[in-house]
Amino acid sequence: MIDFSLTEKDRQLLDQVRAEALICRKYARYYDEHEEEFIPDEFPEADDFPNVYAHFAGRTEQDTSMPVISMLLSAGQTWGDYSVRLRRAKGGLGNAALRASGTREQQEQWKGLTLAMAITEPGCGSDPSMVQTTAVLDGDEWVLNGEKIFVTTGCKAEGVVVWATIDKSAGRAGIKSFLVQKGTPGFTVAHKEKKLGIRADDTAAYVFRDCRIPRANLLGGDETIPKRSSGGFKGVLKTFNMTRPAVAAGGLGMARAALDFTRDQLREVGVEIEYGGRAHSQSAVVAKFLELEALVEAAELTVLRAAWLSGEGKSNNLEASVCKAKTGTVVRQVTQGCIELLGPMGVSRDHLLEKWFRDVRITDIYEGTGEIQRMITARELLGYTRAELN
Amino acid sequence: MISFQPTEEQEVARDALREFAEQVLRPAARECDEAAQIPQALLDQVWELGLASTSVPETYGGGGEERSPVTLALVAEELAWGDATLAAAALAPVAFANAILDQGTEAQRRELLPLFCGSSFHAASLAWIEPGPAFEPLLPRTLAEPKGSGFVLSGAKTFVPFADRASHFLVVCRNNGSHDAFIVPRDARGLSVSEPEKNLGLRALPTAAIELERVELPASARLGGEAGTDLRRLLGHSRVALAAAMTGLSRAVVEYAIPYAKDREAFGQAIAQKQGIAFKLADMHIETESMRWLTWKAASQLEQGADALQASHHARAYAASQSMRVADEGVQVLGGHGFIREHPVEMWYRNARTLGVLEGTIGV
Repeated sequence: MIDFSLTEKDRQLLDQVRAEALICRKYARYYDEHEEEFIPDEFPEADDFPNVYAHFAGRTEQDTSMPVISMLLSAGQTWGDYSVRLRRAKGGLGNAALRASGTREQQEQWKGLTLAMAITEPGCGSDPSMVQTTAVLDGDEWVLNGEKIFVTTGCKAEGVVVWATIDKSAGRAGIKSFLVQKGTPGFTVAHKEKKLGIRADDTAAYVFRDCRIPRANLLGGDETIPKRSSGGFKGVLKTFNMTRPAVAAGGLGMARAALDFTRDQLREVGVEIEYGGRAHSQSAVVAKFLELEALVEAAELTVLRAAWLSGEGKSNNLEASVCKAKTGTVVRQVTQGCIELLGPMGVSRDHLLEKWFRDVRITDIYEGTGEIQRMITARELLGYTRAELN
Repeated sequence: MISFQPTEEQEVARDALREFAEQVLRPAARECDEAAQIPQALLDQVWELGLASTSVPETYGGGGEERSPVTLALVAEELAWGDATLAAAALAPVAFANAILDQGTEAQRRELLPLFCGSSFHAASLAWIEPGPAFEPLLPRTLAEPKGSGFVLSGAKTFVPFADRASHFLVVCRNNGSHDAFIVPRDARGLSVSEPEKNLGLRALPTAAIELERVELPASARLGGEAGTDLRRLLGHSRVALAAAMTGLSRAVVEYAIPYAKDREAFGQAIAQKQGIAFKLADMHIETESMRWLTWKAASQLEQGADALQASHHARAYAASQSMRVADEGVQVLGGHGFIREHPVEMWYRNARTLGVLEGTIGV
């Protein structure tokens, strides 16, 4: 049945996440302004809150499916703050890649470690086939050389999954992923990136210089270069299909926070939002607010749609890009618009709105820019290959 | 529980309507638009779908099916994909019938619902929109004043569907600081119907203005009787119908523009292979999806008994602005051909602009 209401259990879970998020919000400004510090893995208030996962017990088929509720949970968390969590779950993007593509032995050996994922390079972002980092087999070791940037959880991770090419002439097909542990000679964390927003987030830059790792550390173990197909490359891309809606959901949490703050502030000065259609007598402020709220609603529904499909075991490649493209645009419009509505108050660092405006901007960039998402959307709609539309 | 899964019955209904829209409505659309009228035979054929009668209780001659605004929203998208004008024609009597079904007193239901269970098209319409700018659906200027045990209605309405033939109008009025809808038979003394209106879009949908000059009505004419009318809820049903229709129209544009853009070549490749066009098509699709989910959300709230004021506001307003954008870009993708009446895109462009301002004409 088509339904958008939450069950009692859904609501309890989301209330819990929001309550925790409000605690996190207290620390948001401090860590934004102390970029050089790392957020602790656990805050003292964590003792007052049972682990959110405890609320997963007892969920039934009558409750909203896990992929869908997870989107609302992500949004609920970032509604508090993008980076601060009462307690930090272990694991990074690299762990997802390990689960998706690792051999049984690799899974056994690496599962206890937090693994970051290093793809982006100074000269290569959305087109991973441009990866310049090389891996050369020398006896029983791979030798890695190259630079990586924007590595999420990169400073604190204990290991990393690195994309490198074993044969530049093979293009995309030559790209493989390698497991590298921190402390391996030749692997250095160059610095923590300094960013517009999500400053508290651990984002690292790596350098690999003649970094030698065991031959068995090639993720998935397949050393062959497939002909005329993207081979192992696709295995890695698969992890993206699950994460586009989640990244969008994270952005939506911040947009909602901005909208809620704006609504509250407007109410303080007597501006109420009405839905009865006083289009001709409402202020421009109310009209603008309504527009922004509709954008968030629309974007959220595209995210829930993509997540719902995956929960139903249905392909969601198109919908994952649709929701990421839509949300990426919307969160920019909404946070920019909220500042417009509140005026100078909106840019004051006394409030978090200016921070949400900076933090949310990443949503339309990482996990594939809005342009990349439109490319994927258009290819799917038009039935075009990469060669036909690029 | 959040779910995008239509019931099996809804899927069957949607698929049947999709086929009907493709085989009956789409081929008839251009001719109706050019002639600015809909043949009676076509109206009867649409009537046979049973949109107005399906949920009417069996005791009044209807199908006795469960009342479902969600099902009607799904159906409305399909109909409007075929043709927005014919969809509006199909949904105008539905708005009236369902208002009686949802909010009518027992006597009102007994008297009026059987009208919608016959085999040929029966016209009865909402009379909600008022002439001039600055019309607000929940702040009507048409006035209902008490007189004896009944009411006297004065005012003017415009864009009333099938005003030329409707047996009854549901006239929305200001009433003692609040608002109500009144059931007015077309032969009521003091009610006059104008010449047919001529409009930019939905050209084939017959509309006219009506004037109410001290029309006297018994108390029993008020929708809902003594309890009065829940106008916000009625507005929700109208907004959802429009949002669904605008979604269908938008989908039609996208589905028409895609093969055109793949076929049309310029500078050695299909224009769809250029990012300027491909990204436009992607955005048109993204917005069409967005409107559909907003529509579904509002429809499901109505189905659960809420007035869905917020959700239906967003659904209609969003669909109005984005369907206009989609239709506009559709014309642009087709270029000169988008301007030529050989293709349906210019008609969809006119229809999008028209649907976007018609709160209070059709309903689910």
